[in-house]
Amino acid sequence: MGQVTSAPMSSPFLDQIGTETIQRVLAKGRSTGAGFAEIFIEDKRSTSAAFDDGKVEQVTSGRDRGAGIRVVHGETTGFAHTADLSEAGLLAAAEAAAVAARQGKGGVVKVALGAETIQRVNNIAEFPDTVAKSRKVQLLQRANDAARSVDGSIAQVSAGYGDSVRHILVANSDGILASDQQVRTLFRVSAVATGDAGMQTGYDSMGRTIGFELFDTEDVEALAVGAARQAVTKLRARPAPSGSMPVVIKRGSGGVLFHEACGHGLEADLVGKGASVYRGKVGELVASPLVTLIDDGTMTTEWGCIGIDDEGHRSQSNTLIKDGVLSDYMWDYLRARKEGRPQSGNGRRQSYMHLPMVRMTNTFVINGETDPDDIVRATKNGVYIAKLGGGSVNTATGDFVFGMTEAYLIENGEITEPLREGNLIGNGPQVLRDIDLLGNDFAMGNPGTCGKDGQGVPVGDGQPTLRVTAMTIGGTAA
Amino acid sequence: MSTNELQALADRIVAQAKSGEQIEAYVSRGGETSIRVYEGEVEHFVSAQSQSVGIRVIRDGRTGYAYAGTLEESVLHEVLADARDNVQFGTSDEFAGLAEPDGVPVIKQELWNDALAAFPTEQKIALAKELEALTLAADSRVRCDDSNYDDAYGETAFATTSGVSAYGRENGCYVSVGTLADDGDETQTGFGFSVGRSPAEFDLPRAAREAADRATRLLGATKPQSKRTTVVLDPYVTAQFLRVLSGSFSGENVQKGRSFFAERMGEAVANPIITLIDDPTNPLAYSATELDGEGLAARRNVLIENGVLATFLHSSYSARRGNTKSTGNAVRSGGTPGVSCLAMQLAPGTATQDELIANVDDGVLIQMVQGLHSGVNPISGDFSTGASGLVIDNGKVGAPVREFTIASTLQKMLLDVVAIGGDTEWLPMSAAGVSLVIRDVTLSGS
Repeated sequence: MGQVTSAPMSSPFLDQIGTETIQRVLAKGRSTGAGFAEIFIEDKRSTSAAFDDGKVEQVTSGRDRGAGIRVVHGETTGFAHTADLSEAGLLAAAEAAAVAARQGKGGVVKVALGAETIQRVNNIAEFPDTVAKSRKVQLLQRANDAARSVDGSIAQVSAGYGDSVRHILVANSDGILASDQQVRTLFRVSAVATGDAGMQTGYDSMGRTIGFELFDTEDVEALAVGAARQAVTKLRARPAPSGSMPVVIKRGSGGVLFHEACGHGLEADLVGKGASVYRGKVGELVASPLVTLIDDGTMTTEWGCIGIDDEGHRSQSNTLIKDGVLSDYMWDYLRARKEGRPQSGNGRRQSYMHLPMVRMTNTFVINGETDPDDIVRATKNGVYIAKLGGGSVNTATGDFVFGMTEAYLIENGEITEPLREGNLIGNGPQVLRDIDLLGNDFAMGNPGTCGKDGQGVPVGDGQPTLRVTAMTIGGTAA
Repeated sequence: MSTNELQALADRIVAQAKSGEQIEAYVSRGGETSIRVYEGEVEHFVSAQSQSVGIRVIRDGRTGYAYAGTLEESVLHEVLADARDNVQFGTSDEFAGLAEPDGVPVIKQELWNDALAAFPTEQKIALAKELEALTLAADSRVRCDDSNYDDAYGETAFATTSGVSAYGRENGCYVSVGTLADDGDETQTGFGFSVGRSPAEFDLPRAAREAADRATRLLGATKPQSKRTTVVLDPYVTAQFLRVLSGSFSGENVQKGRSFFAERMGEAVANPIITLIDDPTNPLAYSATELDGEGLAARRNVLIENGVLATFLHSSYSARRGNTKSTGNAVRSGGTPGVSCLAMQLAPGTATQDELIANVDDGVLIQMVQGLHSGVNPISGDFSTGASGLVIDNGKVGAPVREFTIASTLQKMLLDVVAIGGDTEWLPMSAAGVSLVIRDVTLSGS
C-alpha cells in the first residue's frame, strides 16, 4: 500500500563509523565460532511537551544513541549493547556478545557487507527538529482551551505533544546493510469532568509516522473537544451491564480486538513454542469467512509504518487471515531461519538495548459489505463501543480482555444510554468465529504502543464497524 | 569511573548553574544479565551496560528538562544546553523548585550484595536450567515456555543547587519460569518466580511448584454463571489491587482534581479492619529504598488507619503547593519527579488463606487477573478486570473457572473488605501481597 522510495545517500552512521569498522565488529562477533552476527545502531532524538492544570509543565529533550550486537550460535543468542560508538566500544560489545553465545571453538572469520540499501517509506515535509518549540507548545494551549470550553463540568485537562526522529542502521554477517529513518509525531489529550456522581475521564490521541505536517491536516482542537465530550457524556453514564450479549464496535476503534484476539497468537516465536491457540492451524478456518486480516508495515504514514524492520528486512504487507482461513504467521530472522522460510518484516525491538522479536506493525481487517447503520439497526439489544482502551491476551489459551472507554447501550436497534467503563472478556478463536456483520466503513484507529516481554513498539490497527454475536461485558449492572 | 567520580560528575553539572538558575542533575549507570533457558539450552544471554543523565533547570518558576542515554562529555553539554533552552517554553509556576534538605535522617538499607556482584556466569545459567528441570519434574502435564535468570545493578548520583547530594547503589536478582499445561486440546498457563538480593535467597522448588500448580489447576476450567458474589484475592492479586489505588493517595493528584480521596481526609473510606501503610524503609519490601526520587530520605507513612484516610503523599512540589512538607514520595519515571507510593503494605490479620475460605459459603478464589490497565479507571474508581480462579463452595475450593470478569468500584471495594489474611508475601513489585476477602462484587460470565 505504501510508496517506497529509495535514495542513494548513505545514513549518518556510515560516515561516522565506516563500513570497515562494522565488518571488523561483525567478524569479532563471530570469533567464537558463531554462524551469525548482527549490529544494530540507533540514534534517536525526541522532544516532548507536557501540559497539565493550565500550565506548560515542561518541555523535554531526549537523546538515545548506541549499538546492540547480537551473535547467534546454534540455538543460543548472545547479546550486548553499548552507548560507546567508537570502534573500541563496538568491538568490546561484540566480544561480550560472542562470549555470551560461546558454544564452540572459534577462529578468524571475515565478514563482507553488500551495498547499503535505504528504505524510506514516508516523505517528511517538516522535520520536527526544524520546528520552533514555541509552535509545539502553542498546540497544547489551544487543546486545553478547546477542551475547557466544552462544558463547565470540565475540571481538569492535560495534553501532551511528542516527536521523535530515529535513525537506524542494521548490518549482519549475511551481508545485509540497511538503514532507515523513522519520524513520528504524536498528540494526546485527556480531560476530567466532575459531576454529582463523581469524576469521569475522556481521552483521545493521534499520531503518524510523519513530521510536524501532521497538524496541517489534523486538528488538535477537535481532538480535545472529543476527549472533553467523552468525559462529560460519561457523567450521566449508567453502570455497564454484566453478562454475555451482542457487541457492535465502531470503525477505527476496535483494531485492538484483533491485535489481542489473534494478532499476538500469530507471532511465530509464540507459535514455535506451542504457546498459541493458532499453532498448527494454517489452512484452517479460524474466523468468520467475513474476516480478512492483514499486517502491513508499509502502510504509509500510519503509526506502525517502517521502511525496514529492526533486523534490516524491508517492511512488507502480509495477509494473515484470508476469508476466515489462516494463511500465515508473522516472522523474524531467528524463527524464519529455523523453519527455512523467508522473513516477513516483523522483527522489531524497542531500542538498541533490546533483542528483536516477532512484532506486529499495522494490523487491520479490511472492509465488508454492510452499511454500519444497518449493523446497529439489526441489533435488538446490546452494547455499542465507540472507543476501546487497551487490552491483553494469554496467547496459549486465547483468553483476552480489552477495556471500553466510551460505550453505549443498544436498545431496539438504536444507540441510547452512555455506559461507565469496564473490561470485556472473550476467547480469541470464539470471538473471531462470532463476527457476523462487517461494515463497509474501514478506518484506522488511535496510535498504540504494543508491549511484549517488557518492550514497547509503535503499532497501528484498524477495522470497519462490526458485530460480535456474544461477548462478556464486565460491568456491575444486572 | 569510580564511585566518587559519578558523584563528582553530578556536582560538576550543578556547579555550572548561572545566577538565578536552579539545576538538578541525576546521573546513573548500571548493568544487567538476562539469561533464558529453553529445553535445557541457553536460548539467549544478554549482558548489557547502560548510562543515563537527566538534567532539570528552573528559572523564574519555569522548568526545562533534558536527558540522554550516555555520560559522554560532549553529550552532557548538549543535555544541559537543551534543558536550559527548554526553560523558556514552560509556564511560570510559583511552586516550581527543587527539594531542599529537610533533616530527616536516612534509614540505612542493605541494598548492595557483594556475593551477587561476584556470582559467576556459569552458576547463573545453572540456576535457570535447574528451575526448568524442577518445574518439568513437578507435573508430567507441564511444559516450560521459558526459564529465566535475571540480575541487575545500578548506582545513582544526585545533586542540586539547593544542597541535596546523594549517592546510592543497589543490586538484585530473580529467577522466573513460564509454564504451559496440556490436557488434550486444552492448554493453560502459569508462572513462578523467586526474588533475592543474592541467589542464596532463592527458593527454586517453591517457584517450580507454583508455576506447575498455577497452570495445571486451571485445566478443565469452565466459564462461571454471572452473579454477585464474594471473592478471595490471592496475595499476588491483592498486591496488584493496591497498586491501582496508589495514585489516589498522591497529593499532586488531589490538588489537580484527579483523586476520589480529595475532600475525604479524616473520613472513613474503608472498612475499619484496613490499615494501609507505605513504608520503603522496611527492609523486607522489594522496593525498599533509602532515598526518594528527589534525594530526600524515604520514610514510613500511614495512608489509611483503621479505615480512616490519614495521609496524602507529597514530593517537594506538591508539598509547597499544598503548604505542607514532602513525605519523601517523589518518584522518577524518566522525567521530572512525580508522586507515588513506594512500598505499600496492608497491616495483616492472623488467618491463613484456608481459614478465610472456610468462612465463605459461596464465592471465588481469584488467582490471576488480566487487564487491570484497561478496565480500571483510578480517577472515576470504576473497576473491572478479567480473572481466573477456583470456585468456593461451602468453605472449600472446588472446580476451576476462567474467562469471566469481576467488577465493582474502588471506593466500594475498600468498604467491602471483610477479612485480611496473615499471609503477607513480599513480591517483586512496590506492594506486598496478602489474602483479602471482598464481598458483593459482580461476576460476569455466561
